[in-house]
Amino acid sequence: MTATDTPASGAAGALRRAGAALAGGGGGTVFALLVLVFAVIFAINPGFARPPSLLAFAQQAAPLVVLAVGQYLVIVSGELDLSVGSLVGAQVVVAARLIDGQEPMTLPVLALMLAFGAAVGLVNGLVTTVLKVPSIIATLGMMLVLYGAVRLWTGGAPTGALSEAFRVAGRGDAVVLPLIGGVPWAVLIAAAVGAAAVALMRSPYGRTLVAVGDNATAAAFSGARVWRVRTLAFVGSSVLATLAAVLIGGFAGVTAQVGEGLEFSAITAVVLGGVVLGGGRGAVLAAIGGALAVEALFTLFNQLYLPSTIQPTVQGVIIIAAVAYAARERSRRSPRAPAPAGGPEKSPREEV
Amino acid sequence: MNGGPQPPLLRMSGVGKSFLGVPVLRDVDLQVRAGEVHALVGENGAGKSTLMKILAGVHRADAGTVELGGERVDFAHPVHAREAGVATVFQEFNLLPERTVAENVFLGREPRGSGTRIGVDARAMAAETERLLEDLGLSAISPHAPVRTLSVAEQQIVEVVKAMSQSARIVSMDEPTAALAGAEVELLYRLVRRLRERGVAVLYVSHRLKEIFDLSDRITVLKDGAKVATVDTPDTTGADLIRMMVGRPVSAVFPEKIAGTEAGRVRLEVTGGGNERLDGIDLQVRSGEIVGLAGLQGSGRTEIAHALFGIDRFTRGELRIDGERAVLRSPRRAVRSGVALVSEDRKTQGLALHRSVLDNGRLVLDAVAPRRSRARSGRLPGIFSSLELVARSPSQEVRFLSGGNQQKVVLAKWLATDPSVVVLDEPTRGIDVGAKHAVYTLVRRLAAEGAAIVLISSELPEVLGLADRVLVLRDGRITGELPGGASEEAVMELAVGGAP
Amino acid sequence: MSRPRLGTTGLVYVALLAILAAGAALAAARGQELLTTANTVDLLTRSSLLGFVAIGQTLVILCRSLDLSVGYVMALSSVVAATAMAGQPSRIWLGVAAVVVVAALIGLANGLIVTRLGVNAFITTLGMGLIIKGYLDTRYQGPAGEVPAGFQLFGYTRIGVVPLSFAVMAAVAVLAVLFLRRTRTGVHMYAVGGDAEVARMSGVRADRPLLTAHVLCSVTAGLAGLLIASRFGTGSTLVYSSGYELESIAAVVLGGTYLLGGRGGVGGTVAGVLILATLDTVFNVLGVDPFFKDVLRGAIVIAAVALYARRQIDRAATPPRFPRRPGHAAARGGGP
Repeated sequence: MTATDTPASGAAGALRRAGAALAGGGGGTVFALLVLVFAVIFAINPGFARPPSLLAFAQQAAPLVVLAVGQYLVIVSGELDLSVGSLVGAQVVVAARLIDGQEPMTLPVLALMLAFGAAVGLVNGLVTTVLKVPSIIATLGMMLVLYGAVRLWTGGAPTGALSEAFRVAGRGDAVVLPLIGGVPWAVLIAAAVGAAAVALMRSPYGRTLVAVGDNATAAAFSGARVWRVRTLAFVGSSVLATLAAVLIGGFAGVTAQVGEGLEFSAITAVVLGGVVLGGGRGAVLAAIGGALAVEALFTLFNQLYLPSTIQPTVQGVIIIAAVAYAARERSRRSPRAPAPAGGPEKSPREEV
Repeated sequence: MNGGPQPPLLRMSGVGKSFLGVPVLRDVDLQVRAGEVHALVGENGAGKSTLMKILAGVHRADAGTVELGGERVDFAHPVHAREAGVATVFQEFNLLPERTVAENVFLGREPRGSGTRIGVDARAMAAETERLLEDLGLSAISPHAPVRTLSVAEQQIVEVVKAMSQSARIVSMDEPTAALAGAEVELLYRLVRRLRERGVAVLYVSHRLKEIFDLSDRITVLKDGAKVATVDTPDTTGADLIRMMVGRPVSAVFPEKIAGTEAGRVRLEVTGGGNERLDGIDLQVRSGEIVGLAGLQGSGRTEIAHALFGIDRFTRGELRIDGERAVLRSPRRAVRSGVALVSEDRKTQGLALHRSVLDNGRLVLDAVAPRRSRARSGRLPGIFSSLELVARSPSQEVRFLSGGNQQKVVLAKWLATDPSVVVLDEPTRGIDVGAKHAVYTLVRRLAAEGAAIVLISSELPEVLGLADRVLVLRDGRITGELPGGASEEAVMELAVGGAP
Repeated sequence: MSRPRLGTTGLVYVALLAILAAGAALAAARGQELLTTANTVDLLTRSSLLGFVAIGQTLVILCRSLDLSVGYVMALSSVVAATAMAGQPSRIWLGVAAVVVVAALIGLANGLIVTRLGVNAFITTLGMGLIIKGYLDTRYQGPAGEVPAGFQLFGYTRIGVVPLSFAVMAAVAVLAVLFLRRTRTGVHMYAVGGDAEVARMSGVRADRPLLTAHVLCSVTAGLAGLLIASRFGTGSTLVYSSGYELESIAAVVLGGTYLLGGRGGVGGTVAGVLILATLDTVFNVLGVDPFFKDVLRGAIVIAAVALYARRQIDRAATPPRFPRRPGHAAARGGGP
């Protein structure tokens, strides 16, 4: 893959080109933004530029990175998954209740969570592809179902407790390196997920997934099983949400609100990475960059002592601005679809 | 009413139009009188639809003038044309299926209720629609019925009523009977005659000679974007018309059959194939053989391609590939059985436009044979260069390529799978001469390598120049078989049906 | 004008009656009564709250758009109303006017972002909701403002078993029906949602109906916010977490309006609202866990959309040229 042809000048341009080269085209802007935000953070608080702070940042960002990868899979195939937030909440609550502080239960419950996550994704995928329910509705419905079902099961408030072993992934350190300090498991896990996602997107399945999002008819006419490809993306999203639940549960513990609004954060991250809603365009690395940029912005606001409650507003502005910017870029860059010679079949769309 | 010298209601003079530098209409003159049914005929791609769309304000002419009732007009938008009294019934309908007949008729021009500025007078709308319907002798249609509950012919009538409600002076219809069943055609005939009686000019585009002779007063023949002649219907015969329509200049030289290519065993065989759109299809293609499918648009050519590729299915009859019975439930099954389809519309059916040349090239391998994809896609660079594909790099997005190069990417994606049966549906539509030649060469090469080839094209010289045999379709049935090199007249006669 | 539409809408009302009858029977089997005065008032009050939101949502969905910010607009409106009124009877109309203006501006912003900036409605209204949420969370840490007793009458007055708020909601519904049938903008909403290209070819400007729908949707959400303020006596920011955006979409879809626009109406939506409220009441009477209602609501929405999706696919088929063979389903590429 080569860099985009976007003409860019100056330092920002160079940054963007470097980012684009890294992300595989299109998503360079988000890395420029990321660098910019970090530059401001470092300027305000030079102490943040040390390994422990950066690793702490990475640990905090890890769940969103994992969720963004999952959301990317679904969005790039042309759909949307709104159920991940409530799935994270459900998984954490389920884990707490089933483990109930007993260490030996950790592994069996983890396995059960994975199976449950996969099943949720399967249902999302099949309802969307086979029953032809728009994914917005299918996954919104799933969100409600999960939300209600978990509270129904626990009687309203989460009960039980997570085991220590369970919480290691979310808050423990994997190794302690000299000079750098403790490297959290969460960071390694997120990095592994990112690497696996990049490899997946370079595999035949990954390429087919993007092709389905770009032009489902052409993909089907090339022999792809569109329903299967998309359903697997939903399963991937739900399984990654389960992983994120393990990280979040470990990091923050169990509350009734855990997971709330995470689907929007994940969509914001993916969209900020230049991934186009509707599918077919954007790189997974850029989505990861988007997740990091969103977390970096939140960190910046912390550094500025802005109340954390303002975060949604920022997220709202970002998500609208990012999509508006992308829409503008597209309409400016892509030439009007040329009519085939010999009499065009369809009348060109015209404005009044 | 007709007869006697009248000044023409519509006078188009020297009209020209190009798309992306390819001329589609050249210096066309057309005069239509009030109260006349004027048929416009020509082969696929002769420019009839484009001419109609210029009249309708969908396209703007590059050259020439259009006069309506003696006044010069230049429509920038369909709404302007309609306001000037030009009504057009397109092949794809411009109706809202969920809305009532009356609402469709008055869409965008709803009568205002008394007193208010924003109100809509629904009662007046319904009454006026009813009056118009009765006026055309069609009181069976209720103004309150949702359009989706109407038959295709009735929907066309609604389009015409919509036109009449704006006191149209000229109504043009693009193949209005293409989607109609027998009894409905009669309804349309009545409507056209009623319009003529009322002094409305009707411009009638059709391929069907019977209709043209039944309905029209005069006929204008287009060929290759230029006018051949305008004749009075009583003074002409079907044979005359066909002679005027065919004989387009050959735009390319067809490569000779590669030495050693010979028809071998039967690779593709359909016996008695049929479904909702096709009936009694018998088709046999041998290894090394190129079989052409000719016919007008909507005659069933693409439907056969889709049935051979598992997009639709033959619900009757039998399909065999390499002697084995095959039930193609999906394109995936077809690909696995060795069938490839170069589909009609490469942009909506063939390519992921925002993906790279390389990714599109290995799309089929990725989708159907992921484990072997890496190994087999190693051949793609060789395939690309053998097709003389011009792209800045294999990672260039295909939407930036020319039509011809895009088509080469589609061909490459199928070549990478070593197909045994290759179906090409309009493989040279909208591509330049050089790319066309590359397609022809490739077809010859595939045949030499033992593939069975089905070639569908609206360009008769192309089918006749390349195919060993040509099957001609009409209304979903095969009407005859001709040897390669047969005359275009012979094909057209089979394609347009009986003429007086 | 819409005799055929009565078919679908009529069907929804039949379903409503069936659910009422089934609920009453279930309750009776347990020796309870479903439609006591208290239950009926509760049912209608619930309906009026959701009804306001769902009426506006209907307009937006008819245009093939969506509004996910309604819950936040409700919350903001209740706060605006209560703080503007500040407990003084003389400021009631000031509060109402402030809510209408603020809500209309939000709707206008939504509409402009969708039509002018080309951002899809999902992202636009989601973003707008988040923006409002951030503002509310930052500015208010709980109930804010005070509504004078005079305005609380809006929430608590009733005529027989019919609460005033329900009567107002019904009046708004009638206005909306008239708007859709008797005004150009209303009629054009169906056209834009049904086929924007056909609408454009007929000279309909697509932007105006869409913009109007977004403004009206926000305003009806504002009315719901006023009702909340009136019932709570104060502005309540936490309303946004009650899931009104999904519930209103559910009501619209249950009422027979296509999620993809162009077909449906407010009459059906009101029936959809009543169905959801009836289910709530039945569950309450039967003592069903409130969380089970969420599960059921999610399942109902998905099932309703799936059902309508199926019906639409059937109608899209092209007319056959040759007779169908029995047992042949139109198989298209891409399916399993």
